[in-house]
Amino acid sequence: MSRFPEWRAGLISLVLCLAVLSPAAAEKLGIGRALTPEELKGWDIAVRPDGHGAPPGKGTAAQGEEIFQTQCASCHGEFGEGKDRWPTLAGGHGTLKHDRPEKTVGSYWPYASTVFDYIKRAMPFGNAQSLSNDEVYALTAYVLQLNDVITDPKFELNAKTMQAIRMPNAKGFYDDDRETAEKSFWNRKPCMKDCKKDATVLNRARMLDVTPDSKSGPKVD
Amino acid sequence: MADQSDEEPKRPSRRGFLTASVASGVAAATATSALGQQAPAAGNPKNLPPKIPSWTQVLGDGVAKYPYGKPSKYEKHVVRRDVEWLTASRESSINFTPLHALDGIITPNGLCFERHHGGAAEINPADHRLMLHGLVDKPLIFTMGDIMRMPRTNRVHFLECAANSGMEWRGAQLNSCQFTHGMVHNVMYTGVPLKVLLDEAGVKPTGKWLLVEGADSAGMTRSIPIEKAMADCLVAFKMNGEALRTEQGYPLRLVVPGWEGNLWIKWLRRIEVGDKPWFTHEETSKYTTLMTDGRARQFTFIMDAKSVVTNPSPEAPLSVKGRNVLSGLAWSGRGTIPRVDVTLDGGKNWREARIDGPVLDRSLTRFYVDFDWKGEELLIQSRAHDSTGYVQPTKDELRAVRGLNNIYHNNGIQTWLVRSTGETENVEIS
Repeated sequence: MSRFPEWRAGLISLVLCLAVLSPAAAEKLGIGRALTPEELKGWDIAVRPDGHGAPPGKGTAAQGEEIFQTQCASCHGEFGEGKDRWPTLAGGHGTLKHDRPEKTVGSYWPYASTVFDYIKRAMPFGNAQSLSNDEVYALTAYVLQLNDVITDPKFELNAKTMQAIRMPNAKGFYDDDRETAEKSFWNRKPCMKDCKKDATVLNRARMLDVTPDSKSGPKVD
Repeated sequence: MADQSDEEPKRPSRRGFLTASVASGVAAATATSALGQQAPAAGNPKNLPPKIPSWTQVLGDGVAKYPYGKPSKYEKHVVRRDVEWLTASRESSINFTPLHALDGIITPNGLCFERHHGGAAEINPADHRLMLHGLVDKPLIFTMGDIMRMPRTNRVHFLECAANSGMEWRGAQLNSCQFTHGMVHNVMYTGVPLKVLLDEAGVKPTGKWLLVEGADSAGMTRSIPIEKAMADCLVAFKMNGEALRTEQGYPLRLVVPGWEGNLWIKWLRRIEVGDKPWFTHEETSKYTTLMTDGRARQFTFIMDAKSVVTNPSPEAPLSVKGRNVLSGLAWSGRGTIPRVDVTLDGGKNWREARIDGPVLDRSLTRFYVDFDWKGEELLIQSRAHDSTGYVQPTKDELRAVRGLNNIYHNNGIQTWLVRSTGETENVEIS
């Protein structure tokens, strides 16, 4: 008797198994349920530079200043100058080539939408997503005014006007080019023997003395 | 129980310990000092042969003493530590993996470094949801139960914070392997390929980028190209076999193999498919690398090949002359580590290290050099090669291309100076 039918039966069951088990199978798993617009509305908070996701609402820098003094100034300072180690929000224009650049909303951030998006999702620190859209527009306007991006305290910031704002450093970014700009790091044949005459110590971390002592580590439960 | 060896081990001051261990000199070479710098140079004679120690005579703890086991009390010093002056608050901060105290390639869950931007969210998995919407045929919402019914896979990958070694751009600053290199860990993840979820919703041809968002109070968000999402990202719920730790994103996190840690969104709650990136806070004001011409690179996703000698290092000085084990870790966001070179004389001469244990794609890889130490001063460096032919550059080679204000992606070669006392420190050399 030919063994062919047996072999064929085996193949068929193997194919069936693969169809059921393979993650690559194109059929839908039928897992998860349709997301409702109401559910999405509560969580869909991201705002893009082209206005995608920008909610209805409006605010002015004048309105934002009041909110800023009560909600933000304790960390960021009255004029966004930053307190202790909390971020500085304003200033630093023209410092990006300096030895110690100051990267602020005005000197560094490429898009106004990011200010809105970040305040909306993460600020005030420890009380996230507590501000209304009008309040976030107003705060965004105030932070932009602190950076001289807008000058009229009565300028109405909304989804449309925010999209039209051009930030001073908008053209200051380019996509990662390491694989071309740092091509010399590839395919090197590094020296293994008698590579240099001297190796002298140029600088020592201990001289700075900023390493926490082991005693300052977190306590173990 | 008043034996000296049963007392809580006080972490000795490094100087004090070194003095003691070096004073006992070569004689200690034959003693069991293999536990590292924390092991006493000589044990309590009451517990050493021919004496019979107490633990040999009396019963130990029963099985139920620790329903969830923990390390020996003699390992209490092996903990994550932070640098308080680095950040304004501990909720938006970082701590570091004690690399010098670990071996092999897997990082224990409780020692994986933490980086939070709004504290670690504590989420009941019954209340966790993942939304998937945007440019898809069918917007979906998943429960944890749903995700656990999908085809899953296991992958070992390193996660490195883009800011690892970021404090060292201007020169040797932190005298510690834990603080210079400890923003990396290596874990086996169990999860569902992101592609499975995306296929379930059906990505439209215009879908080119994903926004991935966390449920924490920072609402952490990043944009990820669709090619990467489809290629190898996971939606993971287990690490090293057990549920994710709270501080690592319980109950659900994104795994983005080889790419900077900031993209590995913890407490993953939402994925939106779009036609372009979102330019979020974390991919504009942070995680962009400022170059000398005042412009900045953006979307610097991949972690370049890097290595570090973990022993000896400032926290793990040499204590014994004669035979010693140099140990270290190497990794690359582009592939595997086929080779690591090590020098003991500041780069005059190099030798190939012995790679041991699994060599996995975009995973930490362990290397060793077994060497004799006669008490001479050493200048130790390691240099990783990856499977794409990339060779880890020196810090000065990096600075020549990128300047001093990159903050992120410092993968330059690290130098440790081992003094004749065995004391080891972070230096830069000519």
